Amino acid sequence: MPDSSVPSIVNVNQLSKSVSHEGATLTILHDISFAIKNGESVAIVGSSGSGKSTLLGLMAGLDSPSSGSVTINGVDLFALDEDGRAALRGRSMGFVFQSFQLLPMLNALENVMLPIELLGGAEARSRAQRILERVGLGERIAHYPRQLSGGEQQRVAIARAFVTEPALLLADEPTGNLDSATGANVIELLFSLNRERGTTLVLVTHDQALAQRCGRMLRLDAGRLVENA
Amino acid sequence: MKLALRLLLREWRAGELRLLFGALLVAVAAITTVSFFTNRVQLALTTQTNQLLAADLVLIADHPISTQFAEQAEAKGLRLARTLAFPSMVVQGQRNQFVEVKAVSPSYPLRGDLSAGQVLFGPAQDVKTGPQPGTAWADARLMQLMGLQVGDVLTLGQAHLTLAAVIAREPDRAGDFFNIAPRLMVHIDDIPRTQLIQPGSRVGYRLLIAGEDKQVAAFRAWATQRLGRGERIEGIGDARPEIRAAMERAQRYLGLAALVSAILAAVAVALAGRQYLARHLDSCAVLRCLGASQATLFRLYLVQFVVLGLAASLLGSLIGFGGQAFLAEMLRGRIVADLPAPNLWPLIEGTAIGLLLLLAFVLPPLLHLIRVPTLRVIRRDLGPPHQHGIVSYALGTSLVAAVLIYRAGEINLGLYVLGGLLGVLLLGLLFAWLLLRLLSGLRRHARGVWFYGLANVARRRTASLTQILGFALGLMALLLLTLVRNDLLAGWQAALPPDAPNRFLINIQPDQLPALRQLFLDEKLAAPNFYPMVRGRLSLINDRPVSAEDYPEQRTKRLVEREFNLSWAEQPRSDYKLVAGRWWRATEAQDQFSVEQGLAKALNIKLGDRLSYDIAGTRLTGRVTSLRDVAWDGMQVNFFVIGTPAMLQAQPANYITSFHLPSGQEVLLNRMLQQFPNFTVIDVAAIIGDVRLIMARVSDAVTFVFLFTLLAGLVVLYAAVLATRNERLYEAAVMRTLGARSRQLAAAQWIEFATLGALSGVLASSGASFSTWVLAEQVLHLPYTFNAWVWVIGVLGGAAGITAAGLLATRSVLRVPPLGVLRALQ
Repeated sequence: MPDSSVPSIVNVNQLSKSVSHEGATLTILHDISFAIKNGESVAIVGSSGSGKSTLLGLMAGLDSPSSGSVTINGVDLFALDEDGRAALRGRSMGFVFQSFQLLPMLNALENVMLPIELLGGAEARSRAQRILERVGLGERIAHYPRQLSGGEQQRVAIARAFVTEPALLLADEPTGNLDSATGANVIELLFSLNRERGTTLVLVTHDQALAQRCGRMLRLDAGRLVENA
Repeated sequence: MKLALRLLLREWRAGELRLLFGALLVAVAAITTVSFFTNRVQLALTTQTNQLLAADLVLIADHPISTQFAEQAEAKGLRLARTLAFPSMVVQGQRNQFVEVKAVSPSYPLRGDLSAGQVLFGPAQDVKTGPQPGTAWADARLMQLMGLQVGDVLTLGQAHLTLAAVIAREPDRAGDFFNIAPRLMVHIDDIPRTQLIQPGSRVGYRLLIAGEDKQVAAFRAWATQRLGRGERIEGIGDARPEIRAAMERAQRYLGLAALVSAILAAVAVALAGRQYLARHLDSCAVLRCLGASQATLFRLYLVQFVVLGLAASLLGSLIGFGGQAFLAEMLRGRIVADLPAPNLWPLIEGTAIGLLLLLAFVLPPLLHLIRVPTLRVIRRDLGPPHQHGIVSYALGTSLVAAVLIYRAGEINLGLYVLGGLLGVLLLGLLFAWLLLRLLSGLRRHARGVWFYGLANVARRRTASLTQILGFALGLMALLLLTLVRNDLLAGWQAALPPDAPNRFLINIQPDQLPALRQLFLDEKLAAPNFYPMVRGRLSLINDRPVSAEDYPEQRTKRLVEREFNLSWAEQPRSDYKLVAGRWWRATEAQDQFSVEQGLAKALNIKLGDRLSYDIAGTRLTGRVTSLRDVAWDGMQVNFFVIGTPAMLQAQPANYITSFHLPSGQEVLLNRMLQQFPNFTVIDVAAIIGDVRLIMARVSDAVTFVFLFTLLAGLVVLYAAVLATRNERLYEAAVMRTLGARSRQLAAAQWIEFATLGALSGVLASSGASFSTWVLAEQVLHLPYTFNAWVWVIGVLGGAAGITAAGLLATRSVLRVPPLGVLRALQ
């Protein structure tokens, strides 16, 4: 169990999500509650359709719940409006996606600079350059996403996620589109950056190896939290 | 702002913006070139019309014109000429003849050419100046009536003048054919010697003015304030009805070409904008995820679009500017007048229109785009909230159309074209939907590649609909401007065939008709129709006295002041087009009139109104039971007002006709005038030449504008193909992964594109045929002829063109290894 003396960065409280489809109500998440402490690494696991991605989306404020609440550093996500949540994401969250989600019209460096530029931060270019070097892509900063391999694209995405030094990093199947060797490299990178910067890491994965490396596992089954260890 | 510019620069480098930029460039270039071109051609046409005044502006008075006008005109740097005209008697030996004397100053004519020769009906040359002092020129009719020869000495009042030339053409010969005596032209300095002008003489004084547009307009404004009793100003637009009608049609053709190319370009911008925004759906979701608010996103894209729009519009305007210079070069020598240098206004206008175009079509989808669910970054299947593309495009189109209509200054034309397009859009949606449903049915019976090809069309229903409509609009515009343009121009030219009447014969007495018919027969010429003509003054409308003061327009005032030429007829002539009411039956006893619609509008005469004419001392009253549309440029005998035979045939009448005299047979006129000395022959060959010249110029102009339309059409086609390119690439890659061979894939694509093309072709052909019909009947007033080629070329050409364009745009589908495509597009 997590150490209670460290403050929680994420508090999920009685969170439920249901959608109605052709008259029938389908409940995706049932009354989920947990807390994540600063600096923890947590894997959300479960079979396909168990509600993992929905939970991650709610934690990021990308979607709204049917009931319950999520607080990030004490701020109630759903008390904010859409733009307020966007601003909160910009300040304190980083994202890594299964399908990388790099902007195709920007090259690697520009993709990494973007979050700093959106926040109006200084030295975007040098900071982006430094972190790209850190992820081993110092030679490829002028390449467009279509010119990079999948592993390279994901490393750019990781650089983009870490460049604003967020308190919380959310990753959705970060190795889902990669072969196992490339995936292992990406995992290595993710965890070493996590250690270096003291970021809280929450990731959704199918990958047992990846889940094992996290400090804690939350297992979902049919929308219910069945394991928290 | 800085971030927006940086993003813009990055996207430009990545090639994301080229299509949108290109579409906008073509749009603005087309609009500005047309704008320049229309102005210039209209200027040329105006100059052409001014030849009929022999000036740009004429000040007319029934007394000597105050010197202040000439002084003011000279001060403005305008060129001047003076004429005066009066009726008098000319004597040669034992013979004398009543003539209309016209005295001209050496600078006459300021516009157009005098043409004179040495022998009656012989060759003539253009000359820049009139008779020298001491000499006189006579027109053909005077030569015939008095049996004159060059060198004869004529007596005019107290002066003796030597006949020096035969006038073949006088640019400002009076507009009204029916009131003219033969012409004798003399030098203005000889007039005092004749001692003919005495107090009380009926003399018409004219001050002719020509120069730069602005100066002329300024002078007109200045002089209009100072006109005294019996003084008036005539300028552009007061031309003969034949020329006026031709000019109005010319302007409509040009306006039409401009509208179509602009609308087409707008469609290209709309498609390119849609394409751009669709490609940025993911980016928007990611940006939201990275912390950008909707307002930030909106600002980011708006700044990008405004900067892009400004750049494309400015460049497009510059191209338009260059195109205009090219045009001026192309038309040099064919346009007589010096065209004033273009100003910078079209540059500003072009830029403004470009921006408007972009924002009108890009803002609605942009507002939509920024509301993309952020969750899309995790769940790809989430699109933006359901989009009603048609609504936002209709909004954009209306906005753009409003500006275009305003600019075209032709509300009717604009509304027709717009209504046509909107109709095509709505009908097209319905039609395409039905066809697609039909296809879905067909598909079940299809096998192999046919199944996949047709399945693609039917499955991507929304995308297919958009594409078919885009293709159809592009094809329709191309059809309109190629085949239909030719049809319309041919229709116009057909209204003035090579054997169009070129001579009018007036003042024929009823008892001379049989002998005149015989004369035509003897000469192996078809006897023309003879129309009775009764002169009468319009005295009452609905029992209210008619007064020139009731009408603000100069032209209407003069119409009311003059006597009308009325005619009667039992049957309507085949080319009359009744726009309201119906023609009378022989059995009807009621006195009725049929009125030309332009006159009805000018005098505010409505169907059912009672008109009273004073004819030779009696007052005849009848009810208006029909309004007619008259093709004035057809050189037929036309009347503003026609009455029932029962009402008018008892009145004193003479007859008028028009006929085609083949060149070389002019000698017939001599014989005719010997046999019937009371006739007056009016030569309209020169006017026909002017009308033909206007037609030729418009034809050139429309062809040039068509080049831009073609370009815009191609951009539309390309943009429509690109819209589903990625989807196609992805699917083809999946199919190939599943083992489909290139041949099968290619065949399936062939079938899909050809089907799309043919469907669009059917739609485009219907739209083009319908638009031509409406344009011919309602706007250009020409008979509509069905052209089957529109359908053949529309359907086959549509299928072939779209297959070619489609395969070209998606050729990489068959070449790129599937993995690359899958990776790039997922």
